[in-house]
Amino acid sequence: MMRLTDLALDRRGRRIVEGVSLDIVPGRLLAIVGPNGAGKSTLLAAMANDLKPAKGAVRLDDKDLQRWAPLDLARRRAVMPQAARLGFSLPVRDVVALGRSPFWQSHTRAENATAVARALHAGDVAHLALRPYETLSGGEQQRVQLARAMAQLDLEDDAARPILLLDEPTANLDLAHQHAVLRLAHELTHRGVAVVAILHDLGLAFAYGDLVLVMHEGRAVAHGRPQDVLTPDLMRRVFMVEGTIISGHLVVRGPLAA
Amino acid sequence: MDRGVSDFALRSGSVYALPRGARYAAAVLLLLAAISASLAIGAVPLSLGEVLQALIGKAEDVRQAAVIWQLRLPRTLMAGLVGAGLGLAGAMTQGLFRNPIADPSLIGVSAGAAVVTAALIVFGTMLLPSGWLPYALPLGAFAGSLAVVAIVSRIAMVEARTSVALLLLAGIAINALAMAGTGLLVYLSDDRQMRDITFWTLGSVGGATWVKVAALAPCVVLPLLVTRWFGRALDALNLGEREAAHLGFRVERVKRAACLSFALAVGGAVSVSGIIGFVGLVVPHLVRLTFGAQHRVLLPLSALGGATLLILADIVARTIVAPAELPIGLITSFIGGPFFIALLLRRRQEFAA
Repeated sequence: MMRLTDLALDRRGRRIVEGVSLDIVPGRLLAIVGPNGAGKSTLLAAMANDLKPAKGAVRLDDKDLQRWAPLDLARRRAVMPQAARLGFSLPVRDVVALGRSPFWQSHTRAENATAVARALHAGDVAHLALRPYETLSGGEQQRVQLARAMAQLDLEDDAARPILLLDEPTANLDLAHQHAVLRLAHELTHRGVAVVAILHDLGLAFAYGDLVLVMHEGRAVAHGRPQDVLTPDLMRRVFMVEGTIISGHLVVRGPLAA
Repeated sequence: MDRGVSDFALRSGSVYALPRGARYAAAVLLLLAAISASLAIGAVPLSLGEVLQALIGKAEDVRQAAVIWQLRLPRTLMAGLVGAGLGLAGAMTQGLFRNPIADPSLIGVSAGAAVVTAALIVFGTMLLPSGWLPYALPLGAFAGSLAVVAIVSRIAMVEARTSVALLLLAGIAINALAMAGTGLLVYLSDDRQMRDITFWTLGSVGGATWVKVAALAPCVVLPLLVTRWFGRALDALNLGEREAAHLGFRVERVKRAACLSFALAVGGAVSVSGIIGFVGLVVPHLVRLTFGAQHRVLLPLSALGGATLLILADIVARTIVAPAELPIGLITSFIGGPFFIALLLRRRQEFAA
């Protein structure tokens, strides 16, 4: 399990995140929501071990992330970046295969090939397998990146309990694929994966999050089940929108009247 | 990215239509053909049979044996090693900076090596015991190129990303500085040293000796051996440095090892042959078009292709104005310059962004 304790994070000497404590639970999808500049991406960067905490710690299995060997960490958690450009042209299949990098030595060639094929299908990009990555649309590229991150998850080993970090996985996607991606992420939780996703759409967070963390001005202001957290009052206070729950769906009706 | 070309190649299967093995075989055969031609062609034309006889020590004519063993074989080997080093260094630099136009000569690494080499030519005999100079040259050039790599990458890295514009601007600044340094050394040198230095700045494999080949070989072979170790890491770097770290690679360590390797290759090449531009740009590009961008394939084949290109260029250099010789750097620049311009034209959109 990943545990964040009293975490404070700086970027360029400025405090971005302050006093966040959080457990990332296996088999749950945690949606991180919050207005622009709330510190969501910075928090995710700390979970990905991109960023050293200014204060507090991020621990995985009671061991500080900084002290994990990079390869061991890579076998436990995968990260889907917001946008990734390639330096050199590669076919989609080879991009996804890079996700197997931590397993080249521990698994057979056939096992790795199977994992790549499965990830291509899961990301709905199998039909693009031979296309050069840079010729794809933004949304297609994002699905390839998701497939790559999925290929990195060790789903065969039940004890592995991997963690999948998604930085705005739905940003460039059409509506159908937004739902497809989150449904897929949620299916992974049934196999013991802990999924953390930054989402902008409160409706999606409500629909797919087992848990929701609301960030506001660098602090975690609410954490819990979506129906307990995403209340009309909180939406007004943090997001400056009017929102209600109508027959099990969160509906944002529009900005606060001035 | 090479949008149009690789897209076309992938879809129509032009070069990809050939099976992989056939493409490898073609690359190796091309190198062997270049070596054979280089050994056969020259002021004393030899048949392939005569070349072979001389190589196995059964030449009927002692002069033929001398031509092969004293002149053409060391020269061909040196051209091959220099080309291999430059091709490999180009592919590594590009992989490291995630950009296909990062050539060791464009970003000033070759010039850095050349300045130190020129300084050693002028002052080396004063500072070093005689006989040490041939071995000190590659080491000094290695130090020079390493220093430039350190400076250039320090300038071009902004928040864990390499700015290509900064990289090239830093290259311009370093090239200017190195040219001034070389100019100063020319001013301080005597006639013979001046000729040596001028020769150096234009590039030549004319002064090939077995000693130089021996000094150069480890500078090329060592980096070639370690490529096996970080081919996959460079593949992951293609996604970005952060992404490579997420995949479990020790990015800083890989970058340091790659810098050391290509500085050694460039240093070694420059110390024996001077500045030979564009090999590191042209060769990896062609290899990527033919074999794809996977570094485990790209790195060794860029070395192989570089060797082929430079051996061929050297044949042209020493025959086109025979009995005189053109500096080989002129030839590669006449090939590489237009190639570079074509590359820029093709990718204008992307670089302008």
